Amino acid sequence: MLEVQDLHKRFGGFAAVSGVSFTLPKGVVMAIIGPNGAGKSTLFNLITGHVEPSAGRVLLSGHDITGAPPHTICRRGVGRSFQRTNIFPNLTVFECVQAAVLAHRGQGRNFWQRSDRLYRAETDALLVSLGLADKASSLAGELSHGNQKQIELGIALASDPDILLLDEPTAGMSAVETHETIALIARIARERGLTLLFTEHDMDVVFSIAERIAVLHQGRLIAEGSPQDVRADAEVRRVYLGERQ
Amino acid sequence: MSRRIPWVLVVVLIAMWIPWLGSRFYTFIATDIAILALFALSLNLLLGYTGLVSFGHAAYFGIGAYVCAILMKTYGVPFVLSFPAAGIAAALFALVFGFFCVRLTKIYFAMLTLAFAQIVWAICFKWNDVTGGEQGLPNVPYPELAWIGAIPGLGGLRAGDHFYLLVLVLVAVAVAALYRIVSSPYGRMLTVIRENPERAEFIGINVRLYQLSAFTVAGFFAGLAGALFGIFNRGVFPDFAYWTKSAEVLIMTILGGMGHFWGPAVGAMVLTLLNQEITSYTQYWPLILGTILIVLLFGFRGGIVGALVSLGRRLRRR
Repeated sequence: MLEVQDLHKRFGGFAAVSGVSFTLPKGVVMAIIGPNGAGKSTLFNLITGHVEPSAGRVLLSGHDITGAPPHTICRRGVGRSFQRTNIFPNLTVFECVQAAVLAHRGQGRNFWQRSDRLYRAETDALLVSLGLADKASSLAGELSHGNQKQIELGIALASDPDILLLDEPTAGMSAVETHETIALIARIARERGLTLLFTEHDMDVVFSIAERIAVLHQGRLIAEGSPQDVRADAEVRRVYLGERQ
Repeated sequence: MSRRIPWVLVVVLIAMWIPWLGSRFYTFIATDIAILALFALSLNLLLGYTGLVSFGHAAYFGIGAYVCAILMKTYGVPFVLSFPAAGIAAALFALVFGFFCVRLTKIYFAMLTLAFAQIVWAICFKWNDVTGGEQGLPNVPYPELAWIGAIPGLGGLRAGDHFYLLVLVLVAVAVAALYRIVSSPYGRMLTVIRENPERAEFIGINVRLYQLSAFTVAGFFAGLAGALFGIFNRGVFPDFAYWTKSAEVLIMTILGGMGHFWGPAVGAMVLTLLNQEITSYTQYWPLILGTILIVLLFGFRGGIVGALVSLGRRLRRR
């Protein structure tokens, strides 16, 4: 599904990502872990076109998408959420999600119909599945952090992606919210048969839902495999998991 | 919601009744307001809806004015053709200038729109053979208005009143079209870009392309307003494209409230009336204008309409 080949990114003299390669098969849930500054977000930005790689390739179902602009990559079936909550604060929850549905349905060239009547059912169904139905007419920017993260997920899902990239989906959440969010993500991924790639700092979360784990350290991939393999990996224990014990 | 007053209809009816007051002055002011309202509403497609701050919107107003005036005066082209041609010409210039502008963001975008507008102004100012240079093009003819006089009930009115009614109808149609555009899915995409261009890109929106299209559409409507203004003014002058004109329309938009569709139209009306009233008492209009702006920016960020809407909400809650 997603194939990353020898990806490099340098910012000035700093190698944020150097020589990362991995393959993510269809339908698999994969986590990328690593300490702060390991290059997780940069890797996401490289895959989704927000940052152009210095070298290497990104293949999506065999198509080379390296360096394509984000809107093209989105249209090819990649959805993403951002680490810092990234929504449309002055729109209602309904409008936020509906906007993404409209964009996905190619309605952007529709100058003449009234947007508030289009794709209502689809948007409502999505809000229900995210547990946001009762907040549909609230302004997105006025809701809690946890709700905003849900909205972001809704916006990402509205494009009906095949593969979803979530950058720290539970950042800044309480333990309860984290638990709920992860349950929600796991359910939606299962229902939709999504391929999921996410970064996360909470190891309990990672080991509870990830089928594969990749470990980044100083821009390099130092391990990649099943949770058991990664947990047993000597270098991972030394540079990352070990530090936490 | 059943007891909502159809404000738009009320305003249009009142506006249509103005010529029967029998005052040249009222008709004059009303024509001015109608045209400037369209100009300000076109700017708000950028400012309020797409989140693009243009400091050079007068360029397209000026281009529309000159194209319409040159076609009508120099080439004798009828108004029916010159008027849309003015809009199209302005849109084409907006397309070309916008192509470069949307490559930049925020203050750099604003500065580049200003730079292009100053180039337009300089061309109007210097290209004597075509634009009349510094002197402008005086004596732009009125369009053929006799047919309006032939409509039963309108025969008794003056030519200025006939032109006013024509302006009113054209502005109403243009504003209705703008309203459709901002309420459409396309309009929603623009709003989303205003809110968060980075996220907009990742719901599959080609942000620059949409910004460019909004810039072009805004240029088109500004061009139409300019065409009417040139005829109304009975001449076109380089001032139409000068940066002070861009600032004026920006102030109207902010004064009325860029967060609401009708805000800029209200701003155009209030600013024109205030200007008219205050300059009859004092020559220090810019001083008053400056004070109004300061009060507005500190006290009423949402502009007049924003303040009225929140006041209305507070009253309804009681």
